[in-house]
Amino acid sequence: MLDFPPWKIAVVLLLSFVGLVAAVPNFLSDDQIESLPGFLPDNRITLGLDLQGGAHMLLEVDADAIVSERLANLEAEIREALRDKRILGTIETRGDRVYVRVRDESQRSAALEAVRDLATPVTDGVGLGGALSRNIEVASQGDGQIVVAMTEAAIRARISGAVDQSLEIVRRRIDEMGTREPTIQRQGADRILVQVPGLQDSQQLRSLLETTAKLTFHMVNAAADPNRPPPGFMALPSVDTGEMLVLERRARLTGENLVDASVGFDESSRPVVNFRFDSTGGRRFADITRENVNRRFAIVLDDEIISAPNIQEPILGGAGRIFGNFTMEGANNLAILLRAGALPAPLTIMEERTVGPDLGQDSIEAGEIAGILGLAAVVVFMLLVYGLFGAVANIALLVNIGLLMGALSVLGATLTLPGIAGIVLTVGMAVDANVLVFERIKEEVADGRGPLRAIEAGYQQALSTILDANITTFIAAFLLFQFGSGPVRGFAVTLGIGILTSMFTALMLTRLILVLWLRRRRPQRLPI
Amino acid sequence: MLLRLIPKDTHIPFMKMRNVAYAISLVMVVASVALFFMRGLNLGIDFVGGSTIEIQTPEAADVGKIRTMLGELDLGDVSVQEFGADTEVLIRFEEQEGGEEAQKAAQIRVEQKLQADIPGVSIRSTSFIGPKVSSELARDGFLAVSLSVVAVLIYIWFRFEWQFGLGAVVALVHDVFLTVGFFSITQLDFNLSIIAAILTIVGYSLNDTVVVYDRVRENMRKFRKMPLPELIDQSVNDTLSRTIMTSLTTLLALAALFFFGGTVIRGFTAAMIWGIVVGTYSSIFIASPVLLLLNLRSTTFDETDGDNPNVESTSLS
Repeated sequence: MLDFPPWKIAVVLLLSFVGLVAAVPNFLSDDQIESLPGFLPDNRITLGLDLQGGAHMLLEVDADAIVSERLANLEAEIREALRDKRILGTIETRGDRVYVRVRDESQRSAALEAVRDLATPVTDGVGLGGALSRNIEVASQGDGQIVVAMTEAAIRARISGAVDQSLEIVRRRIDEMGTREPTIQRQGADRILVQVPGLQDSQQLRSLLETTAKLTFHMVNAAADPNRPPPGFMALPSVDTGEMLVLERRARLTGENLVDASVGFDESSRPVVNFRFDSTGGRRFADITRENVNRRFAIVLDDEIISAPNIQEPILGGAGRIFGNFTMEGANNLAILLRAGALPAPLTIMEERTVGPDLGQDSIEAGEIAGILGLAAVVVFMLLVYGLFGAVANIALLVNIGLLMGALSVLGATLTLPGIAGIVLTVGMAVDANVLVFERIKEEVADGRGPLRAIEAGYQQALSTILDANITTFIAAFLLFQFGSGPVRGFAVTLGIGILTSMFTALMLTRLILVLWLRRRRPQRLPI
Repeated sequence: MLLRLIPKDTHIPFMKMRNVAYAISLVMVVASVALFFMRGLNLGIDFVGGSTIEIQTPEAADVGKIRTMLGELDLGDVSVQEFGADTEVLIRFEEQEGGEEAQKAAQIRVEQKLQADIPGVSIRSTSFIGPKVSSELARDGFLAVSLSVVAVLIYIWFRFEWQFGLGAVVALVHDVFLTVGFFSITQLDFNLSIIAAILTIVGYSLNDTVVVYDRVRENMRKFRKMPLPELIDQSVNDTLSRTIMTSLTTLLALAALFFFGGTVIRGFTAAMIWGIVVGTYSSIFIASPVLLLLNLRSTTFDETDGDNPNVESTSLS
């Protein structure tokens, strides 16, 4: 156990040194880091949102909305396919299936075939060459009905695609807000995690993420009764007045044709949103306005009419403006939403946490004070109880904290408030391995062994205990990491890394120091 | 040595005290279970959903006034309490009917009400946990604690005889129960970080138990003829100074966190401190005597005369 060839000494010292160097950037200012030579590490520990302040939101994509929209499309496709084949019958959607009843029984097999032809392959997305399956299942029931259902694989692929698309749109919207370094990542099958450091007022973020921003343009039917809209028409409320207007169900134009949107001002300097269509949209917009002069035209955002102006004259340039009753902020948000595009389905906020920067700063300071005091108490205590050996253990303890910080920096781990608690706890527990060894050495000395033999036996006897004790704690840390979330995960990370670094410092570094001391001094008695 | 905590050579007859310890522990465990069912835990929004808002007021806050003010909003049970300082207030209200949307709408109303009625108020943090996420967090937390107990049982079983594994788990379950009882009696907020605390207690308590067990195993090899009660006593005494030392250094660090670490993690540190005390107690007074109950020696060492291969393979070179 006490055999330390030069290469081993070099490895232990080198590892300690590299770890400590990696921790250095945490103690430097930004300018100092800038001026470091390139070969030195410049990663710092990332602070969690609970320490630097910011907003954390977990969003869920409304999977039901995606499925029901897809079913509505499916119904339309079936209708069209049967019409092409001149097959008459009724088609309706109930629950998650589309039911087709053919009027003339002799056309039933033709109908079945037409519907089956609509099926397209979907890739399951699980692994390479995932099983290819069809997107719909078509069955013919005994009572003459044809039942069409989406397959599991198709639903999964749909939702997955919608989440990807939502992710992209959420990213664009948040980028438009001009915040620094947001984290936007997918979580599980249908969730999106958004973390925006430094943002305290989550109101704007919330409204940006919760708006689907589906923009459509419809003609107003001024003659119809809003309580009983005729077929093909719908009644929607106006945002400002609450007045119900009857609109054509069919959208003449959608937000997909927009290329730009920005805030402007009208003649009485109230905020408006200016927008511009792409060339197709512009042409269509020109046609619509030319054909409908003096009729009202409604701009609908997520099933609410935000503006329903009268068309005064044809608008040919492909650009228009929305006069809502906007506040400056409202106009700005709408412009952002229009530029970023519509979400494929509504997002629901499942979890939201915000921390103000002051509270974060207070937590950091409190954590630092607690850390320094805890460390000081342990250091003094070890010195009092173990004297010279305690001093050696204290060196190992300090190196351990340096290594822990270095490891956290290099791994890009996030330090949270519970993470700081993990470090402080590691300080308390890190000395355990040394305590075990020192107590063993004491026993060996009491049994009459000489310094060398006592130290050797001390390490040897304590090793299996140290391993058992640390592996069990490590199991707990690992499970915490697996099942924990957010700040708690940060705790698991510091605790787990702390166990590894403390094993290294307690077993290698203190042993090395003691061996070197033994070689130099050759003491007759151990001061323990 | 400047400081000697434990006399050099102790011979405390722990095994003689075991019936007293069993009685104390039994009462505490039963009390914890009873408290858990009768009084329950003050489950945080992490597990039951709902919202919390932490505010800072320019002058000392009038908690009663804030309570009446928010009572007008008709949100059901709203709790308003001082949080650390008299200018800091934590407001919490339960999950609202109507899922995530309704909950968030309620939170916005509270924020607006606070900002309108208390000039100069600043909102330091807000949390909103929807019903779906909270039930997932509760499930994951429960899973993490149960799995860690099982994983540890398996590890110890693998490394020692089965009696040790069972003994360690008895001690562990004892500690977890008492910690839950502690939260029931203090009504401290039982949130996600408390699960982390419990898991650390699991790790720590085990750590302590394993150290004693290691020594029991070693002494069993050393003193083959010694009666088991005496042998366990000796093992506990052998490791006593280490047990106390490590508990004290950990407690020192935790005490610093408790007093200076800020209100946010005070519940967490309180749980840890309690857990370390209970864990140290249980590894001495529960985990070790349980070995006697489980008939440790009769199944393994008496029957096999000579070297037990199982034991040999675990001793280190």
